Amino acid sequence: MSKPFLSIERLTQTYPDGKGGTMTVFENASFGIEKGEFVCILGHSGCGKSTIMNILAGLAEPTSGVVKMDGLEVSGPSLDRGVVFQNYSLLPWLSALKNVTFGIKARHPDWSRDKVEAHARDFLSKVGLDGDVVNRKPSQLSGGMRQRVSIARAFANHPKLLLLDEPFGALDALTRGTIQEELLKIWSGTEQTVFMITHDIDEAILLADRILLMTNGPYARVAESVEITIPRPRKRTEIVEHPNYYAIRNHLVQFLGHRSKELAGQQTDADDLRPETVRIDHTQQDSAGHNPDTPPLRAVNH
Amino acid sequence: MLDNLSINQRAAILSLVMLIGGLLIWEAAIPAQKTAENLTEYEILMGLGQERAGVPPPSDVLAKAWEELSNPFYDAGPNDKGIGIQIGYSIYRVLSGYILAAMVAIPLGFLIGMSQIAYKAFNPFIQVLRPISPLAWMPLALFVIQDSEASAIFVIFICSIWPMLINTAFGVAGVRQDWVNVARTHELGSFRTAFTVILPAAAPTIITGMRISIGIAWLVIIAAEMLVGGTGIGYYVWNEWNNLDLTSVIFSILMIGVVGMLLDTAFSVLQRAVAYAE
Repeated sequence: MSKPFLSIERLTQTYPDGKGGTMTVFENASFGIEKGEFVCILGHSGCGKSTIMNILAGLAEPTSGVVKMDGLEVSGPSLDRGVVFQNYSLLPWLSALKNVTFGIKARHPDWSRDKVEAHARDFLSKVGLDGDVVNRKPSQLSGGMRQRVSIARAFANHPKLLLLDEPFGALDALTRGTIQEELLKIWSGTEQTVFMITHDIDEAILLADRILLMTNGPYARVAESVEITIPRPRKRTEIVEHPNYYAIRNHLVQFLGHRSKELAGQQTDADDLRPETVRIDHTQQDSAGHNPDTPPLRAVNH
Repeated sequence: MLDNLSINQRAAILSLVMLIGGLLIWEAAIPAQKTAENLTEYEILMGLGQERAGVPPPSDVLAKAWEELSNPFYDAGPNDKGIGIQIGYSIYRVLSGYILAAMVAIPLGFLIGMSQIAYKAFNPFIQVLRPISPLAWMPLALFVIQDSEASAIFVIFICSIWPMLINTAFGVAGVRQDWVNVARTHELGSFRTAFTVILPAAAPTIITGMRISIGIAWLVIIAAEMLVGGTGIGYYVWNEWNNLDLTSVIFSILMIGVVGMLLDTAFSVLQRAVAYAE
């Protein structure tokens, strides 16, 4: 059996709780991501999503467990893993264009200045930033534009894995919608593997091939992996018509509403079950995919 | 009529009014000296008929300024040099000491800002050395260096090092982790991170420290030159005081102010160049 492109194996993160003991954020979290897949992770605040993201990016070390990409263990940050941070993380003293060339120069030190700039402009225009706007400093750009620059910087480097940490969390709903579609457009052209944190269920359904659901912390775990059986290309206005849409959505809402709490309770008691938390529960809906009736999703879950 | 002017124009008018008003009050406050024929016999016996040194009126100072500034670079011996030459010496000493201080303070500040251990290790020394008046070093400097010129430069060095060192360390330590993470995820080495991310991020704080330092250096050079003598605007002030030429003293005080302002302005321009909005 071949390993997935990215495999997260028995990842555990504990922090000192300030009283001499330790607080376990998540324990033995394991899952895999295939090449070219777009995976979203959903869970309540405090379940350690951002910690997982930082570990994947190489910015943090897990207490225990390993992350393997292409069979090689991940240690430290790398250009192979691009990150789009929630707060954009653009360098404020550089123009939008320079922020993108900053990344490309790091990736391709041997490229000529013209080639770097042309490449940067190409990717900026893919996210709808053309003309004079690219010469503005981040402080002169709106939040949506800043995040576009950040996305362009990440995609321009063609990382093997792209990590998006709640990229649209700070944006208003209308801007978010536009940029989500731009993200889909730029992604569909690149076959990029993407791992994204989000709080927004609709956003996750629109973008993802698969949604990972995390239980609440402490002792959080990745409890389920929900496949999004809505064919691409997807449009916000069209996917709501798809028969699977509300079924999937209801399932996600139910999980985040109730079961994330119930499962969290179980996990703390069931310490001896830890090896079995290596679990990706495939919630297949293929048979129901073309059925106009609502698929009986609840029955599929154990 | 005033309502049509911009705030800057109105402020300029007010400044001008204050200047003229101040000069008039100054001029009027200088008591006229009695001329010899109006003196009583007693006063003549007491020697009061001779011209007494007094604070000169602004008109005298302006005349002096015109005279000095129209020929600033003459050199008529050790005690009679143009104001331009004197200021030139002072600026040369300030810049030498200051540049040496920057060459030490900025790299060291980087190190202290980057490393908690270095910060804690250096901190006690900085805290003890920083409050020492730079002139207190002068005797030791004169003894060790055996050269008054170099001692003055050393005093400038020691007084300008602290604000630069502390601000550089503070600026470097305060660089947002997000920006450092951007450098890390782009696999930048330590040197490229330092030059392309940390330096521009900390530049406004560093330049602020440099601006404070140049201000202090200019304050200290006057006192240092009064002590070491020979040349420089500080020596000039002291020399004119010994000559009891108060017109020259007031003129040179004004020149010290003008040069200090120009040095500060240069750094404020630099500060604006590296500033960024988040």
